[in-house]
Amino acid sequence: MSSSTTTQTYVPKTRVGKVTDYVDSRVGGSGIVKEFGRKIFPDHWTFMFGEVALYTFVILLITGTFLTFFYDPSMAETHYNGSYLPLRGVEMSVAYASSLDISFDVRGGLFMRQLHHWAALLFAASVAVHMLRVFFTGAFRRPREFNWVVGCVLVILSLAAGFTGYSLPDDLLSGNGLRIIDGVMKAIPVVGTYLSFFLFGGEFPGTMIIGRLYVLHILLIPAVILLMIGIHLFMVVLHKHSQFPGPGRTNTNVVGYPVGPVYAAKAGGFFFIVFGILAAIAAAFTINPIWNYGPYDPSPVSAGTQPDWYIGWVDGALRLMPGTLGDNFDFEFMIPFPWGVNALSLNVLVPALVPAAIVFTLMFAWPWIEAWVTKDKREHHLLDRPRNAPARTGVGVAGIVFYCVLWAAASSDLIATHFLVSLNDVTYWLRALVFIGPVLAFMVTRRIALALQRKDREIALHGRETGRIVRLPHGEFIEVHEPVDDYKRYKLVSFDSPEVMVPKPDENGKISLLDKVHGRASRFFFEDRVAPVTPKELEASHNDHHGEIAGAKDRESIASH
Amino acid sequence: MIMADSSNGAPGTSVTVATPGRELDEFENPGLPPHRPRLADRDPRAEKRAERQVALLFLISVLGTLLFFAGYFFVPLNETIERLRLQNLMLGLGTAFAMLGIGVGIVHWAKTLMPDHEVTESRHEIRPEKDRRDAEKIVNDILDESGIKRRPLIRNTLLGAALLAPLPAIAIFRDLGPLPGNSLKHTMWDTGVRLTRDPSGTPIRASDVTIGSAFHVIPEGLNEVENKLEEKAKAVVLLMRLDPEELNPSPGRENWGYDGIVAYSKICTHVGCPVALYEQQTHHLLCPCHQSTFDLEQECEVIFGPAARPLPQLPIEVDDEGYLVASSDFQEPVGPSFWERG
Repeated sequence: MSSSTTTQTYVPKTRVGKVTDYVDSRVGGSGIVKEFGRKIFPDHWTFMFGEVALYTFVILLITGTFLTFFYDPSMAETHYNGSYLPLRGVEMSVAYASSLDISFDVRGGLFMRQLHHWAALLFAASVAVHMLRVFFTGAFRRPREFNWVVGCVLVILSLAAGFTGYSLPDDLLSGNGLRIIDGVMKAIPVVGTYLSFFLFGGEFPGTMIIGRLYVLHILLIPAVILLMIGIHLFMVVLHKHSQFPGPGRTNTNVVGYPVGPVYAAKAGGFFFIVFGILAAIAAAFTINPIWNYGPYDPSPVSAGTQPDWYIGWVDGALRLMPGTLGDNFDFEFMIPFPWGVNALSLNVLVPALVPAAIVFTLMFAWPWIEAWVTKDKREHHLLDRPRNAPARTGVGVAGIVFYCVLWAAASSDLIATHFLVSLNDVTYWLRALVFIGPVLAFMVTRRIALALQRKDREIALHGRETGRIVRLPHGEFIEVHEPVDDYKRYKLVSFDSPEVMVPKPDENGKISLLDKVHGRASRFFFEDRVAPVTPKELEASHNDHHGEIAGAKDRESIASH
Repeated sequence: MIMADSSNGAPGTSVTVATPGRELDEFENPGLPPHRPRLADRDPRAEKRAERQVALLFLISVLGTLLFFAGYFFVPLNETIERLRLQNLMLGLGTAFAMLGIGVGIVHWAKTLMPDHEVTESRHEIRPEKDRRDAEKIVNDILDESGIKRRPLIRNTLLGAALLAPLPAIAIFRDLGPLPGNSLKHTMWDTGVRLTRDPSGTPIRASDVTIGSAFHVIPEGLNEVENKLEEKAKAVVLLMRLDPEELNPSPGRENWGYDGIVAYSKICTHVGCPVALYEQQTHHLLCPCHQSTFDLEQECEVIFGPAARPLPQLPIEVDDEGYLVASSDFQEPVGPSFWERG
């Protein structure tokens, strides 16, 4: 082909250029390199949790695929004939026998099982902590509301993935977990019994459930998780990552390191670090020693059993709910209908559904709840420091306390035996705490956040306490304060502090109920707010000769805001 | 893309100096702080040292991989748990070093030797507003051209069809399981069925049951039935003997026990765990899953915890040979409540 037919203006000179040219002229790709090669990612240690979640998921896929080659999800009966002597000859399901074989007869099988289980525990934990990071820094605000919703879906999916996987070894412990699921399902009004029979393929435990959970665990749930991760990362690229406020960082820019080479190296290297740490844990710490539990049998159960941590809060709720009040009141109601009497077991339904419903409804709806209260429709690419959103931070900590009380309740028997206290007392205390705890947590956290904001104000206005005490000529002792530089100060003063919105009456002088509610909510969020230091205040404090010590004047100015 | 070097981020004018005619209600962004060179940026020896450290970390990774293979090939499993532990430790630590060596090495490389200048890139609108107007117009044009608004007959029939069409996709799951029928209301227990030990299946004489003892019981023949686990999940029973004085049977249930021997369903009425703990001194039965506590002296009434119903009692008697047998099935469904329980 003569050069006259093609007019090539780009002639690659380097080897990389030749490869790129070959690929790009056939399938394209230089656009991707241009888009991502030097894309900027802001850096902050809290941005790492999402990475941990992603990497543990990859590790789960790798180890999980290995396990599928040896695991057999059959509930057919067999007699164990493997290397673990104490169980030899025992009647069990093929699923349990193959799980034992993976542990004892496949080289590296135990390691892969433990790595898979530890990675699953860390996956659920990192997803949860990542969500908390996003919540406490306000990263869910416009334009990232949908991505927050995707995150909420991923939380639920990670719980589902964990639970379905937990049940697969078909050991005594996981079988009891399924039994509890069966009991909870049967409590659902009208359709519960049918749901249970359809899920288990007949009466509990049946011969179907393990195979069905297996398909959910290795196919359906991971596929949906992958899809959600894809949507999630697409939106991260679309929005560009949020960043903490600070010198040089604005709502209209992104400051950080380019993907190539620094960010890619750090993030890529971090994958190996997560993998390495999990491998070290799996090497040294036993998780779920199924050989100790024996095969599933509806009759025995061992005391002190615990679900995996992420299911604990639901199990704890089941434990805390009283079945009866006093001598005459049951939470199980017998409702007479024309065709007979039906049973409504609120003692099971309420703890199984209500806490989860509260937590997840609030989670999904929070971006819109907060936007309604603040009436803030702006785009937010700068994060909040948690102290600068005291009410949100308070709500978040209240949620954590609510969750943790329920979680602790899942260990009520272990708490009682370990600390030699009465099991009943532990339960009574936790019952009270589940209601009181979140309220106290909100109040305390909000006050701490406000106090930290005031401290920031002091530092911005008067500088850092140096600890040097100086005696002035007229005898007064003062502590020398060292003013902070512009960069440091900017970190302390660059935040929004919305004011309480007072509802305004309409032309008839009436305030609508919705406006009243909004006014209440706004006060709930922003009363006692602390305003950021303004340049004027700073100037005033410098002119003030008692500037080194927070004077009464400053306190007044804080209080008046 | 704008490659703004951080060292160019000149601090803004001093914020404490008032600019005339300008409202000073917010601090000006001082820009990026000046870049501070790292040790390896200034000192070639430090740079060389960092380079060697990275290479050393990569070598540690190689050693880790070798450790893995040492464990895999030279620590054969021999049916002892100690050997398995050793192998697991070597495989795990080998993998850990192999991964950490690479990971820490790369991160160390990035942090010490790759450029650490922060770069600024501007954000853009996610989509220009003009695009939104265009999109709105396109969607409206599409809707108009399709005529779905102008032809309600088509719209409504399509809506009806679309609502019905997924129903087979739901209905086809009907055969996931049989209908419950009466299966939850009956167990293997019946008049004359012997109480036998779990799991051996040997029958129990009344004289075997001393005061204070407790037996885990299954119905005779359970081990031979085909759907053994399903039957067992309903039929397991706890058998205990108390001083007859301590039992307080309600009217009609006086002869459900035999000389202080009573049998109760072992399946918790909360969510179905086995109520496996018997407190001999207090005569309480405790469910280890959610701590429901039942009082044997009050016909297994709930005295604590989340269960709302007493454990069902199995009426028992003694046959001609002195073995304990059931007088009938349970008089109510066992285990967790369900809607049809009534």
